[in-house]
Amino acid sequence: MKIINTVIAIISGVIVLLGYFIPSPLIQSLRQPLLDWAVILSGIAGLIAILNLVFGVHWKRLKENGASKGFSFVLFIAFLLTLVAGIFLGPSNTGFQKLVTAVQVPIESSLMAVLAITMAFSSLKMLQRQRNWMGFVFFLSVVIFLIINSGVLAFTTDIPVINDMLSGFHQVPVAGARGILLGIALGSLATGIRILIGSDRPYNG
Amino acid sequence: MPFIGFLIVILTIVGTILFASKRVRAKYPPVFRKIAAIAKLRRAIGLSVEDGTRIHVTLGSANLTDPANTSAFVGLSSLHRLGQLSSTSDQPPVCTSGNGGLTLLSKDVLRAVSVETNTRELYDPDHGQLTGITPFSYAVGAMDILHEPGISANVLIGNFGTEAGFFSTISESNTDFTLAASDSITAQSIFFATTRDVLIGEELYAIPAYLAYSPIHLASLQVQDLLRWLVGIALIAGAILKLLGIL
Repeated sequence: MKIINTVIAIISGVIVLLGYFIPSPLIQSLRQPLLDWAVILSGIAGLIAILNLVFGVHWKRLKENGASKGFSFVLFIAFLLTLVAGIFLGPSNTGFQKLVTAVQVPIESSLMAVLAITMAFSSLKMLQRQRNWMGFVFFLSVVIFLIINSGVLAFTTDIPVINDMLSGFHQVPVAGARGILLGIALGSLATGIRILIGSDRPYNG
Repeated sequence: MPFIGFLIVILTIVGTILFASKRVRAKYPPVFRKIAAIAKLRRAIGLSVEDGTRIHVTLGSANLTDPANTSAFVGLSSLHRLGQLSSTSDQPPVCTSGNGGLTLLSKDVLRAVSVETNTRELYDPDHGQLTGITPFSYAVGAMDILHEPGISANVLIGNFGTEAGFFSTISESNTDFTLAASDSITAQSIFFATTRDVLIGEELYAIPAYLAYSPIHLASLQVQDLLRWLVGIALIAGAILKLLGIL
């Protein structure tokens, strides 16, 4: 069974990869259904995982009468209400969309605010954690860019040398990010190839 | 351009297979620098086995059809190895994610580990969990597990957004060890500011090789290094040609 899974995965991977490089109608006609199936399977996997979360994890917690029973109850009721409303009104219904957004947006905005404060507080202790030159450079960069982007140096736009220097500073993070992204792209390629040749198998069957 | 891409893919495949072969390995043995964070992870695994605690791995919320999912695949490889290394304990690792596909794969990896290590009685499908389907709901859902007293180390490997801040700050304050690695620049900067042991850039892709020492992982890392040199040379050559006005 493992061999069959691996063979199917390798063949599918090779067809999809070849489709990127070879614009042959035959490969494209094979590649498109595979991509469509992947999207459908991904959706079904999402549904299974949600059902597992609701009925496997939270329903179990409700029955066990644990400490976080209240949260599980709220999740269970919210899930049922959303499911029923979604089935009867349809996901494209404007009323249904408004209802979901009216709950989700304020909650996520509040979480973002909490996150901003938590991170600001945690970053203050950064030099305690990263006691090395990288930590110092990171800290210095944060301070410099906070000053530059705060607008307090707006008066220097008329001074040519300082203005050129500041625009040069703005290029530094872009260059650094590109370097990191190149490394990540190469790592992604190597990981993808390992999966493609079947040596790494996150699917076991 | 597609030809160059195709050439790089072929080069990577051939290089990986070549470097993984016994003869080439003997002639060009891989020499890797020490990554302190991964050494600490190995220690944290040992400690968790000794004191009967668990390791929590979280894989981010990348979709399986996204190009960003390779970091989550690295997370799955690491989960597999962590499961093997902690198999002498009666507390197998737990895994959370923010995507259904990743959840099913994490359950599958945990089940495979239990079969390989003959610990089927310890396998619980709920050890692989989806905690939310939006980035924030995923982070909030995982908080329960981050707060559990039985968790001694958190391994954050995958594609995260700003919600990475929740994971790292809570993990740092609740557990002895946190390893954070992501392919996202935003998450990397958040992790760097909020945790002690962070992997930057392509270091993330070295985790399976450093944990497993399997020939294919080591070969893959060698090819990655080789490609980095080639890209560096191409960039410098391009800059010189541009200066000379040829490009």
